[in-house]
Amino acid sequence: MSKFTSAWALGLLAAASFTAPAAYAETPKDTLVIAAAIDDIVSLDPAEAFEFSGGDLLGNTYDNLVTFDPKNLSAGYIPGLAESWTVSEDGKTFTFTMREGVTFNSGNPVTAEDAAFSLRRAVLLKQTPSFILTQFGFTEENINDTIKATDAKTLVITTDKKYATSFVLNCLSATIGGIVDKTVAMENEKDGDMGHEWLKTNTAGSGAYVLKSWKPNESYVLDANAGYWRGAPDMKRVFVRHISESASQRLLLEKGDIDVARNLSPEDIAAVTANGDLRVDEDLRGRIVYMSLNQKKAPLNDPKVIEAFKWAIDYTGMTETIVRGQYTVHQAFLPLTYLGELKDKPYKLDIAKAKALLAEAGHADDLTVKINVRNEAAYMAIAQAIQGSLTEAGIKVELTPMTGKQSLTEYRAREHDIYLGAWGPDYPDPHTNADTFADNPNNSDEAKLTGKLAWRNAWDIPEMSKETQAAVQESDRDVRAEMYRTIQKEHQMTSPFVPMFQKIEQTGLRKNVEGLVTGSAISSVYYWTVTK
Amino acid sequence: MSLNGSTARGRRAWLSSRSGAFKTARLLLSLAVTMLGLLMITFVIGRVMPIDPVLSVVGERASNEVYEATRKAMGLDQPIIIQFFNYIREVLTGNFGKSLLTSRPVIEDIARVFPATLELATVATILGVFFGVPAGVIAAVNQGRWPDQIVRLIGLFGYSMPIFWLGLMGLLIFYGKLDWVAGPGRLDIFFEGIVPQVTGVILIDSLLAGEPEIFWNALSHIILPASVLGYYSLAYISRMTRSFMLEQLAQEYMTTARVKGLSELAVIWRHALGNVMVPLVTVIALSYANLLEGSVLTEIVFAWPGIGFYITNALLAADMNAVLGGTVVVGLVFVGLNLLSDLLYRVFDPRARSGEE
Amino acid sequence: MSSASNHTPPSGLAAWLTSETPHSRGHAKCVQLYLGWLSLARNPLAMLGLAIVLILIAAALLAPWIAPYDPISQDLHRRLLPPGTDGNLLGTDELGRDILSRLLYGSRITLYVVALVVVTAPVAGLIVGTVAGYAGGWLDVVLMRLTDIFLAFPRLVLALAFVAALGPGIENAVLAIALTSWPPYARIARAETLTIRNSDFISAIRLQGATAPRIVIGHVMPLCLSSVIVRVTLDMAGIILTAAGLGFLGLGAQPPQPEWGAMISTGRMFILDQWWVAAMPGLAIFTVSLGFNLLGDGLRDALDPRAGR
Repeated sequence: MSKFTSAWALGLLAAASFTAPAAYAETPKDTLVIAAAIDDIVSLDPAEAFEFSGGDLLGNTYDNLVTFDPKNLSAGYIPGLAESWTVSEDGKTFTFTMREGVTFNSGNPVTAEDAAFSLRRAVLLKQTPSFILTQFGFTEENINDTIKATDAKTLVITTDKKYATSFVLNCLSATIGGIVDKTVAMENEKDGDMGHEWLKTNTAGSGAYVLKSWKPNESYVLDANAGYWRGAPDMKRVFVRHISESASQRLLLEKGDIDVARNLSPEDIAAVTANGDLRVDEDLRGRIVYMSLNQKKAPLNDPKVIEAFKWAIDYTGMTETIVRGQYTVHQAFLPLTYLGELKDKPYKLDIAKAKALLAEAGHADDLTVKINVRNEAAYMAIAQAIQGSLTEAGIKVELTPMTGKQSLTEYRAREHDIYLGAWGPDYPDPHTNADTFADNPNNSDEAKLTGKLAWRNAWDIPEMSKETQAAVQESDRDVRAEMYRTIQKEHQMTSPFVPMFQKIEQTGLRKNVEGLVTGSAISSVYYWTVTK
Repeated sequence: MSLNGSTARGRRAWLSSRSGAFKTARLLLSLAVTMLGLLMITFVIGRVMPIDPVLSVVGERASNEVYEATRKAMGLDQPIIIQFFNYIREVLTGNFGKSLLTSRPVIEDIARVFPATLELATVATILGVFFGVPAGVIAAVNQGRWPDQIVRLIGLFGYSMPIFWLGLMGLLIFYGKLDWVAGPGRLDIFFEGIVPQVTGVILIDSLLAGEPEIFWNALSHIILPASVLGYYSLAYISRMTRSFMLEQLAQEYMTTARVKGLSELAVIWRHALGNVMVPLVTVIALSYANLLEGSVLTEIVFAWPGIGFYITNALLAADMNAVLGGTVVVGLVFVGLNLLSDLLYRVFDPRARSGEE
Repeated sequence: MSSASNHTPPSGLAAWLTSETPHSRGHAKCVQLYLGWLSLARNPLAMLGLAIVLILIAAALLAPWIAPYDPISQDLHRRLLPPGTDGNLLGTDELGRDILSRLLYGSRITLYVVALVVVTAPVAGLIVGTVAGYAGGWLDVVLMRLTDIFLAFPRLVLALAFVAALGPGIENAVLAIALTSWPPYARIARAETLTIRNSDFISAIRLQGATAPRIVIGHVMPLCLSSVIVRVTLDMAGIILTAAGLGFLGLGAQPPQPEWGAMISTGRMFILDQWWVAAMPGLAIFTVSLGFNLLGDGLRDALDPRAGR
């Protein structure tokens, strides 16, 4: 045999020996390994980050003045880096007292000066989420007076009007309220950007974890902060790997290559439930799946046609099949568990009624609409099911699957017919959704209120807008809740929005993983509570 | 096919220009024109895309003020021609700009993702050569008989298989059911970030760092995607080997060698195969270039963080800097490998040297 | 087929078709074609390929009559049924649609894509190649440089970029594939043209006063056709695979159209427990590509014995 052939045979042998079964893998005891879809992260700067996965990462690396107890999320906000606070008589001035002895990961103490810096820079950088703070009247001009540290322990914030206290505090608990280490940020400042460029890919907080590495679309790794003020985390290291496929996540989980799988399909959830080594945790999140009809496109602005759409959707059919366990039927714009939640579900599939309404409107068989939908498995399945039932009702539907960014461009330009998508609350206060679904002070094209869904769908509602703005200033909790319920009932009947589902997050875990909190409707995931 | 075309062109260029310096200059010029055209096409595509790059940055909730400010900061308010020249100027200084999706310089991203693709394509090519060359030889020696037909069928199967489907089924069977190989990704997650990045090729880096465990882990991750990808190159390599070998086997020296009493094995493996090595190398270089392309779908199925994965993601998010940078780099490598195979062919092939068409 | 396996002495037509002394150019062409067919018919693999292709065409034509169900009507309560379930031979998908019916209707899309690409890309390539080859000079340089630029792109990446720019959809996918697959045809046509343009008969025609466009269209193009056709047949499988790849990425035919690549893409979600949702369309793509490849391979052997050695 020539050298070549013997080398070949040797290679074959090596290949054969290689196919021996891989050893059963188990993740290290003090390490948490998670598979999740994290390709939405674009920036790690708390002043800019606005995506689900970014919120997860930053929630574990930064602290806010106001925070939540992961073991009792429904109790609402509790003191965080601010140990206590007082509100002035007129309800406009908030005085926070900073917690003693807390340090950033750099070793610097956390002071009121850092807090003032962080909130001011969030306003000054004018990134997308900045509206969460600027809605209280903070501007570039007045920021030095409205947000200031009077000494190392005291931070004073003054709003332009009186708002519900809970509204202000809830907003401070959002990702954008993360307190940044001023010294570190300014050390990395470039061209007066307050460390923005650097913080896009690095963290400088006081949270339970420190970012070790972030590879976009691949993974991020967090190291525990042993001196964390709420107690040292059990998990010394957290790996989060981007895996978008449910099937891949499930395989990894079954084989013990990961501890937690966060994006499992209903079919894979069923398999995980049946597996004795694994467990499924459920958590009601804040995301609402809805469909909306552009009021610029006749006859979609005909109340009869709008109502027909609401009767032509098989809400429970979908939650029993294609999105089983992942969504619950919900037909109001405020997520369940929010102040002012509305549990009424007036609509169900009734093709005959839908047909009758369409006939009354004079569009028995001639309606053809285009539905823009995000090209993601869950939304596509929902869209196709809706297409099916609308077809039965006599409405011809053309689906246009688009990447998230594509569909948004049309949506923001008010050029769509119908948009099918999801909305997640920006901060844990009812105003977040009321503001977008039920407030449109100026319906003109020039107004460009692109952040508001009511504007995007050209829904002109001067009256309801006033009610929404009144609700956010009401300081009596029960009265405020009732105001939102009234708005939602009206909304359910007349709006061109068809809220359909609320998200239930189903997380697959290895049996030995305890204490993972995914954040419910108000917060993001907590890693530091996990034990194994 | 592209081999035929490019060698014909190469031969003419060889004949028409005797001077080496002139030839090199001409080559470089045509290369530059090609690259410029490539840039231009990608740029135009990027600008007519229905996705708004500004929205990619600011996200769904952005107010109009934030939107306009960002648009300005990105230079998108300028006329398109100016934008193009600005871009070219930056590229010439080696600056592909910043990726919107990753907030990092594109060149850094590419340096990170390209080795992953290179690693995959290399292992795939090794597998393709390892099985493809012997298969081609066996087919040639048994021309027209059943081994030839089998090799031909295997090759045609390779050409007919949707690579993403083969990958899915491979994952299902060899990882999901049999557990012979590791799953998607380059490494088990908790091995991530342990080995310092030297070359970016984990198989090499892990050995350099003295981490055999990680090496084996990486190998068990790469073997399946590389086999899927390698199957395609096997089809191509075995077919070309067969036809080169047939040419050799018909030559007179083969008869002479046999008459001299050399064993049939020695005649085939040493003499004939030795003579087809040169054209074979050019074929391998070409198949390597094609693998860079074929890896797009494979990378997506196997969550392999390579350049195909990177470009696809960037494309869907209108991350134009990343798309342009990635495409230019892939194009450059593609052109480079084609050029290399062209040159090899010209330098070593006796017929091309004598100018015979 | 019957005439191919006929071993009795040639009858009138067969004799005419196998004549060694053709009487006209048309006659010679017929003889050549017939001999090619005979050699193709002797190749069982090529015949298998032909059979697959014919079945594909038949399936596409007859889909409304042979498909047991409507390919897009849903039944959420009969979803993900395994193959062999009563009434659903190949099972159902995630929306309770019959997979067999979807495959049958999907063959129309596949055929549609192949047909559209085949009538565009090679034609464009043929025009560019013959014009460049015949005209020479700067036109040649410019056209061939353009060809090189397109060749320098990895095809799938370019197609992907085009579809991303044009928006997803079947026509756009076709356009993208055509835009990326014409350059090789231009190369082939140009090479052929270079050998043809200096031949004696072209010179004779030129002396008769024929204009350049007339010569290119009337005489050069027809002569380039056979090598282009062989290449087209060999490329068809590649076209199908690229189209399926685009569909897989969500950029091809849009739901609820039963495009095979898109079907695999949704099937991915259920691959572990409901393997058939992804496996069936994959098998369909594989079979059809194999059919085209076998046929193309056989055709090449028959028409160009040199290459098939």
